[in-house]
Amino acid sequence: MKKSSGQALHVAAPIRAWAQRFAFLFLVVAAFALMLLGKADTLLVERVRTTVTDAMAPVLEILARPVDTIGDMVEQAQELTELRADNAELRRDNERLRNWQTAAQKLEAENAALRELSRLTVEPGTRFVTARVIGDPGGAFVRSVLVNGGSRDGLAKGQAALTSDGLAGRVAEVGQRSARVLLLTDINSRVPILVGKARDRAILAGDNTNQPRLLYLTPGSEIRQGDQVVTSGHGGVFPPGLPVGVVVLVDETAMRVQPFVSWAHMEYVRLVDYELPGILLPASPRQARVPSGAAR
Amino acid sequence: MNQNVWTRLDVAARGMSPFAFTLFLVVLAMVPFQVPGLSAVVPSLGLIAIYFWVIHRPDLMPAWAVFLIGVIQDLLSGAYLGVGTMVLLLVWLAVAAQRRVFGNASFMLVWAIFVIVAAGAQLLAWLFSSMIAGFVLDAWPLFFQYLTTVAIYPCLAWLFVQTQRGFVR
Repeated sequence: MKKSSGQALHVAAPIRAWAQRFAFLFLVVAAFALMLLGKADTLLVERVRTTVTDAMAPVLEILARPVDTIGDMVEQAQELTELRADNAELRRDNERLRNWQTAAQKLEAENAALRELSRLTVEPGTRFVTARVIGDPGGAFVRSVLVNGGSRDGLAKGQAALTSDGLAGRVAEVGQRSARVLLLTDINSRVPILVGKARDRAILAGDNTNQPRLLYLTPGSEIRQGDQVVTSGHGGVFPPGLPVGVVVLVDETAMRVQPFVSWAHMEYVRLVDYELPGILLPASPRQARVPSGAAR
Repeated sequence: MNQNVWTRLDVAARGMSPFAFTLFLVVLAMVPFQVPGLSAVVPSLGLIAIYFWVIHRPDLMPAWAVFLIGVIQDLLSGAYLGVGTMVLLLVWLAVAAQRRVFGNASFMLVWAIFVIVAAGAQLLAWLFSSMIAGFVLDAWPLFFQYLTTVAIYPCLAWLFVQTQRGFVR
């Protein structure tokens, strides 16, 4: 080709440049089409997303492992230094939790008896699936994590994702062996919640900051700093009573909630398989501290 | 003949390495590092890689490779689909069009230009994302991400230079 006459080269060069320009234009148009497709939020996009995530999950899992190991080592070293204090605190906690356990058992028995009396159908318990966090896309516009569990492990869209501290988010996309959890702080996250002892209804709305906002409060409700926030279970997506966070800011412009979850240390999440409302969720310490939020 | 096949494979592998390396960085940026606050400001490693390779080895970083990397990044990150792709393509165009400027440019100059290019890229990402979201998104996290991206550029560039010397040829 190159050895052909100068005439042919004169013609070929502009054609090639033109073809390259055309190819680039085509790619830009394709990218634009992708933006439109993503905006329409079709099922197709979600399917492609989960396929790619599934394919990358093993790679991410391998990459995440050494990071987890180092993190664990640092944590263990820290724990060693605080062993005595921790031990004392755990003893106290244990004692307190024992009291709560007794209370819970009593309530459960009472509940069962009352159900028997009123012939209510027995509701099945809630099932938990534990998955490992393998990816944190980061970036400025999304707050989500990838976990290494998918539909084959019983994960489904809409399930609540918990850490040992409290509610972290909900499952937004599910692949075969991986899933994306949309965090409470994401701009698209909306969770129906109850605030404080008065149990005022509101919506917890993420805005990509670390402290999501409270929206659509019941008129006349008095919210104060330090009020506990739990899921309300309205809409049937989440079980009621999951600990979410605590109100940290109340002023004229906004009310903000600090979630209990420590975002930087999410190694594992529990996904709640909640088809029918269960009566008693495994009590977590935070829940125990808000009797009005958990026991009713 | 057999020798020839292996040589060809070798050349192909070396030619692929900038693309593969960039893809690896895109995935690496997604590993949960468990450092408080890092997640929101994690640098755009893909942007750095593409900028570097388009300047130094444009033949190994064609537009379609940039497109592919962008799409994979968008799909994996869960961000607005197509935004990252579009931004990376435009960065590719900007650098490819001004390739003469980079002819004998010093490292400092290349970095200085990257400071401008990255600012443009982040601005475009913010504009496109806000357009798709339907409201003005908070630009601060993007600004911090921009700072970390610019700051980490020299480290990655050094790594790329080593790769280029030792592997790509």
